[in-house]
Amino acid sequence: MIDEKMLPDASTTILEEQVGLSLTEVSRACAVHAEMIVELVNEGVLVPDGREPHRWRFTGVHLRRASVALRLQRDLGINLAGAALALELLDEVDALRAQLRAMGALRD
Amino acid sequence: MEFKDYYAIMGVARDATQDEIKRAYRQLARKYHPDVSKAPDAEARFKEIGEAYAVLKDLEKRAAYDQLGSDWKAGQDFRPPPGGSGGFEFSGGGGADDRDFSDFFESIFGRRDEGGRHRQAGPGHHARGQDHHAKVQIDLEDAYTGATRAITLQTPEVDEQGRVHLRKHTLNVTIPRGIRAGQHIRLAGQGMPGLGQGGAGDLYLEIEFRPHPHYRVEQRDVYFDLRVAPWEAALGAAVEVPVPNGTVELKIPAGATAGQKLRLKGRGIPGSTPGDFYAVLQIALPPADTDAGRMFYNKMAEQFKSFNPRATPGV
Repeated sequence: MIDEKMLPDASTTILEEQVGLSLTEVSRACAVHAEMIVELVNEGVLVPDGREPHRWRFTGVHLRRASVALRLQRDLGINLAGAALALELLDEVDALRAQLRAMGALRD
Repeated sequence: MEFKDYYAIMGVARDATQDEIKRAYRQLARKYHPDVSKAPDAEARFKEIGEAYAVLKDLEKRAAYDQLGSDWKAGQDFRPPPGGSGGFEFSGGGGADDRDFSDFFESIFGRRDEGGRHRQAGPGHHARGQDHHAKVQIDLEDAYTGATRAITLQTPEVDEQGRVHLRKHTLNVTIPRGIRAGQHIRLAGQGMPGLGQGGAGDLYLEIEFRPHPHYRVEQRDVYFDLRVAPWEAALGAAVEVPVPNGTVELKIPAGATAGQKLRLKGRGIPGSTPGDFYAVLQIALPPADTDAGRMFYNKMAEQFKSFNPRATPGV
């Protein structure tokens, strides 16, 4: 039996609700060089607020997209443009699944 | 331990060329990548494919594996041949991702001592620890109220001898009120320890709701099948509906029909934009298992003689 009071308490944040992340924070969280994140922005995978890279502000949703794109690129041997395409298609599949579920045609 | 048939896992013949193996790997990796596939066993399949490919793509490892002979069947009890790796020496070079390969893999190719080697890096070597990712299931009710849950994760850890153990790692996690499935909780500094002055990595927990016997969840909205009697649907009624954080009185309008959705605004998953709660009406019929019951249905049939439930075909 675990005594819950003895456990370390971890401070929690919901990733998707984080805002105002800098380029440095996002690259650190994805464990890649900032150039990789800049490339993701250039591919249009991430659309941060702000014009110059040092003013860019990302959200937790961007962070999540970046890590999925980087994983796809690494695991499937595709380039960032390919990963960007895959992400867009995955978004589309998710939206279609949600619609099917709403129509009652798909139960999970 | 179980024998693993790496050729069968990859779906290639034992005499497949290196190109054929690479092609098979790419196809399977796209199919079972955990970020792509919705299949519940995608992650396990992806790992298995990765392990099979790590062996078959490497000519040295493939030769050692082939030496075991072709008589082994997948799942058969396997004892490694005496003499460890059978006189083979490996140039190694496993990627950072080979950390959790199977016992079978380790019995032939040895354990990767990557972590061990890193740990002996010089005092000037600093690196931030790796981030960890895990999926956790919580109850829908926790998202309504917020909760603190003890969550146990298994972390691969390397001891002084360079062996990999799974260490159970339990920590208290505050589940924020209003969290939804598919969102991630970030626990700063709870990933792998860093080296030197490098800080620990972060732990990311992907939230899933445990399947609920009564509720279905879509994004912020929660659905509930509400069974009503025919007279409640026909005449209207006020009924108590159980929501995940209590009960709410719901007015059923007269002339309600099966499948009709009644919305309780803002009673879905809470948040700055709270979701809605939908009661989906199901009409429950009283059984006609007594003479009185059957008589009543007969009387109803007579009373509603002109009612044709199939007046609109196909609905």
